[in-house]
Amino acid sequence: MDKKTVVETTINGEQMEFLCEPRQSLLEVLRDVLGMTGSKEGCLTGDCGACTVLVDGRAVCSCLMLGVEAEGHKIETVEGLAQGSKLHPLQQKFLENASLQCGICTPGFLMSAKALLDDNPHPSEAEIRYALAGNLCRCTGYDKIVHAVLEASKASTSKAA
Amino acid sequence: MAATTEGHQFRVIGTRPIRHDGVEKVTGAARYGADYAFPGMLFGRVLRSPHAHAIVKSIKTDKALKLPGVKAIVTGADLPELPDRIEQGGELPINLHHLSCNILARGKAMYDGHAIAAVAATSPHIAEEALRLIEVDYEVLPPVMTVEDAMAPNAPILLPALRNKEDGPDKQTNVAAHIQFKRGDVKEGFAKADYVIEHSFKSAMVHQGYIEPHNAVGIYNSDGHATIYCSTQGSFVVRSLSAAVLGIPEGKIRVVPAEIGGGFGGKTTIYLEPLSVLLSQKTGHPVKLTMNRAEVLRASGPTSGGTIRCKMGATKDGKIVAAEASLAYEAGGFPGSPVPMAAMCILAPYDIPNILVDAYDVVVNRPKTAAYRAPGATNAAFASETIINELAEKCGIDQCEFRIMNGAHEGTPQTAGPPYKRIGMIETVEAIKNSPHYKSKLTGKNRGRGMASGFWFNIGFQSSAMVNIHNDGTASVVTGSVDIGGSRASMAIITAEVLGLDVNDVRPLVADTDSIGYTDVTGGSRTTVATGLAVFEAAQDAVRQLKERAAKLWEKKPEEVEFNNGLLSSKSNGVKPMSIKEIVPRLGRTGGPITGRATINARAVGPAFASTCVDVEVDPETGKVTILRATVAQDAGKAVHPSYVEGQMQGGTVQGIGWALNEEYFYDAKGVLRNSGLLDYRMPTCLDLPMIETCIVEVPAPGHPIGSRGVGEVSIVPPPAAVANAIANAVGVRMTELPMSPGRVLKAILHKEVSAQSSAAAD
Amino acid sequence: MHAINYEAPKTLKDAVALLAQHGEKGRPLCGGTDLIIQLRAGVRRPDYVVDVKKIPELNQITFDLQKGLRLGAAVPTIQIYENADLLRYFPGLTEAAHLIGSNQIQSRASVGGNLCNGSPAADTTPALIALGAKCRVAGPKGERIVAAENFCTAPGRTVLQPNEILVEFQIPVPAPHSSDAYLRFIPRNEMDIAVVGVGASVTLDLEEDRFTDARIALAAVGPTPIFASKASEALEGKRIDAATIDRACKLAVEQSSPIDDMRGTAEFRRHLVGVLTRRTLAIAIERARMV
Repeated sequence: MDKKTVVETTINGEQMEFLCEPRQSLLEVLRDVLGMTGSKEGCLTGDCGACTVLVDGRAVCSCLMLGVEAEGHKIETVEGLAQGSKLHPLQQKFLENASLQCGICTPGFLMSAKALLDDNPHPSEAEIRYALAGNLCRCTGYDKIVHAVLEASKASTSKAA
Repeated sequence: MAATTEGHQFRVIGTRPIRHDGVEKVTGAARYGADYAFPGMLFGRVLRSPHAHAIVKSIKTDKALKLPGVKAIVTGADLPELPDRIEQGGELPINLHHLSCNILARGKAMYDGHAIAAVAATSPHIAEEALRLIEVDYEVLPPVMTVEDAMAPNAPILLPALRNKEDGPDKQTNVAAHIQFKRGDVKEGFAKADYVIEHSFKSAMVHQGYIEPHNAVGIYNSDGHATIYCSTQGSFVVRSLSAAVLGIPEGKIRVVPAEIGGGFGGKTTIYLEPLSVLLSQKTGHPVKLTMNRAEVLRASGPTSGGTIRCKMGATKDGKIVAAEASLAYEAGGFPGSPVPMAAMCILAPYDIPNILVDAYDVVVNRPKTAAYRAPGATNAAFASETIINELAEKCGIDQCEFRIMNGAHEGTPQTAGPPYKRIGMIETVEAIKNSPHYKSKLTGKNRGRGMASGFWFNIGFQSSAMVNIHNDGTASVVTGSVDIGGSRASMAIITAEVLGLDVNDVRPLVADTDSIGYTDVTGGSRTTVATGLAVFEAAQDAVRQLKERAAKLWEKKPEEVEFNNGLLSSKSNGVKPMSIKEIVPRLGRTGGPITGRATINARAVGPAFASTCVDVEVDPETGKVTILRATVAQDAGKAVHPSYVEGQMQGGTVQGIGWALNEEYFYDAKGVLRNSGLLDYRMPTCLDLPMIETCIVEVPAPGHPIGSRGVGEVSIVPPPAAVANAIANAVGVRMTELPMSPGRVLKAILHKEVSAQSSAAAD
Repeated sequence: MHAINYEAPKTLKDAVALLAQHGEKGRPLCGGTDLIIQLRAGVRRPDYVVDVKKIPELNQITFDLQKGLRLGAAVPTIQIYENADLLRYFPGLTEAAHLIGSNQIQSRASVGGNLCNGSPAADTTPALIALGAKCRVAGPKGERIVAAENFCTAPGRTVLQPNEILVEFQIPVPAPHSSDAYLRFIPRNEMDIAVVGVGASVTLDLEEDRFTDARIALAAVGPTPIFASKASEALEGKRIDAATIDRACKLAVEQSSPIDDMRGTAEFRRHLVGVLTRRTLAIAIERARMV
């Protein structure tokens, strides 16, 4: 019953293989099996977005996806946002705008914002707020987060995939 | 560098550098408590009572212990018994017996979610399955869920040993304490009033809502020393309280603070930490315990709901002459609500000659409350600040003007304690009055504007700091203050200011309980003020030592050496000025490396005031309230890093808005929490809010070298009242219950329509 | 979570065979946004979880002006919102799908999963009912069609047998001068379960300014989603005016049977049924006038 499965997937552009039980969520696999603790657990019910990763370019709550479901898909996490030591414009703008206080929600916001900007490079404030409604922040009141995404959208031209 | 700050031009203080721990946090590299893993680590989970009030007759663990992968199970019987009395340990009085009972029940479950047993196993899933196999025999008792029920005559007694001073040693009670403050004579005062407004208010229990659940990794070594890695606001508190609960000397525990994902006061106490050590001791492995979201809501420390009756009287020219309040707050399953603070805050922004405030700390079958950002003050302000607006309206005076007329200022007596020194209450109201927001015209149907003010004490207490000068002329500053909101940057800023360095040449670190001297919690709005003061003095100490070394090299007296803008020079001529970088290679031969240090107990810190204005639109058919615009003005004394001060103001305002509109605990008739998840514990999302405009007012705090005041808490205090005042302005209904959820607002609107119709019919 | 086995069949036939084999011990897994939460809470404890996302019939959207819409049960709601035909011909269903939670939830959640979860508060179900959607169900004995309004039987329960699988929704092409709309009331602006939801579909006779046809359905005000048949019938053939709409709203309220719970009192919900029915009809009518 507990038999572990080998799963082949792509994470942050790298082909990877991991072993997991079917009951382990993608979030658990990332954190406990692969040691990628950038994605966070906040609620386990899809209500806070702290575990947000991209699956085939779409924002997904990794707590609501089983690790075994990752087979054959493209996963992106916060650990893969920067290109080597060059920060993604979103990461840079979050820092410049002081868009994080405790920082626990930040990885989730960055991934949701990335999915938004990849799909809609110049969103309005209303579109940003709508796209980020699934990410809760308790520290900032969201103001500086929205400013950072607005600035990042102005800063980057076309983003190379 | 001048010793005082009025009119002083700072070089680094007041700028907005990127925080030093920023890159780790935006790349996912920063390690929060749940991110730690150690070889051989086991996973723990806690079994929790499904009953709000029950006797725990027996706990059978043998089936659970047989489950493959389960390594140990502990219950309250595995913890030592501690005295059932208030100890003046550390900085705050605490009943260690109650604390220990809250961590693992002793024979009685006091709330739905109360910890009964803890399991360590090789995987979190196995630990979870083991919980199902633990057999607990409960004798369920009727739950007492509200302060009214708990205070009623013949109410079931929740803690048989509880007594309060007033009722004496022979009376069992659910009222843990009754506190009273008075000044003047309220009867006389009300007699002088032309207008008297009195209302009764209710507020619901709410949670701090930090996104990161509680966590702890405990490692017990066979030499009797233990290490705890955890996300906490106070590593020294974790050390002392865990040691007490475990019955081992404090010195045997080292606490390593991880990064922390929010606290707001809720992580200034302990839950899992001693359990992680206890399980590690029993298994010989590191043990990681985490709470899931349901456990956070059920079994950590929300803040009190309760009832407030408030009465205020003013003369027709707008002077408040008397005020009276009676507050009863839910303490939870063990005493200790913030009602004493609430009593001291409720009238604090005003200069009122006659006051009488009664406050009751009431035990109920809910989780033991913990601090939540300006504990007690927010629900209190909901009562007082809405009555203030009603009085202002009766007097025909603008809501800001009324507050300015009656505002507390230097010399105004406080509810408890000495008169105010120089404060910024009136300045924050003026900032709102002069803000683009307040000056703008609000048009449209069902729209309204309201403002409110709030007060919080801020604490000082103890901090330690060290500043190390490095071989390349850069520095590191080490403190024990956990960085919950960007304080590392502020510590680096202060150090850089004093040492004349570039802020990026100072590396701020947060150290564990062995590596730095005692430091009180990151909370109480104390970090920039108190730890900042320690950092300032440690940096000054480093400067003093640098001057001594320069004096040695120049063969002069230390008094003859000056340090300005990072350069050592001599008042008398004949020497070439030296930078820190230049003197560093010569430190070895002049006495050794330089570390500046300071330990302080910050006294008489400046209190905080905030005023907040909101515009709302009310949908009169559904009762839904939309926040159209919000502005918060707060006195920061001197903002060390303005972006993070703004962040505190905005964050607190949004928590206050959530408290105002939708956040509340729903318990059913059995006392079971129905909304133990973030679906139905409704915190604001970014789609629910506009930008939050900020106005940092700077009235320097007297006696602080930088003039800073604590900023972390007070912004949460005004919003519920401001929203209520805005709703009243929009649709003419006065709300007296929090939260002002759509159902309640609609009910008030419909009730008003019915009353209007019936009085129109009567005419 | 208890230990589970995971299977991901690639054909409908294989899926049905697996579900038949497992019976009560098996449960289909679609987007997981309900099931995974239930597995963690111990509310459902199947031994086998059968992933249906690899089955072609469940994952396609086909639309043409003869056969109408065939919407695969497992299609993530985000794809509905991105589909130009659905936006144009079924704006109510589209907006209902778009309301199910955050972008993260939309990437995974499906209309089929939403229906099969059997929540009376499911947002897309009233929209389906209003459109007269038919549900194609496959089982070991063959296939059957179930009207959307008959699919849910009690909170959390549907007509699906343990060995059956929901394949797709079949919705006819809207008649001329028809459109639909869906509104719900929630305390915040997103992320909440509907306190009340109303879906409406209308067909208008523009010459006579009358309703030719109307279907109104309600969410979160009964043990199942409700087809407000009396309210719907009260519109057919009548003039499009305030009195007619008023009457329909009153009948919709009468057909609702809400309870008090932490999301709203029965009284509040009944009031909202009236308010939302009026608002939803207004939108559907305006849209129908324009096509």
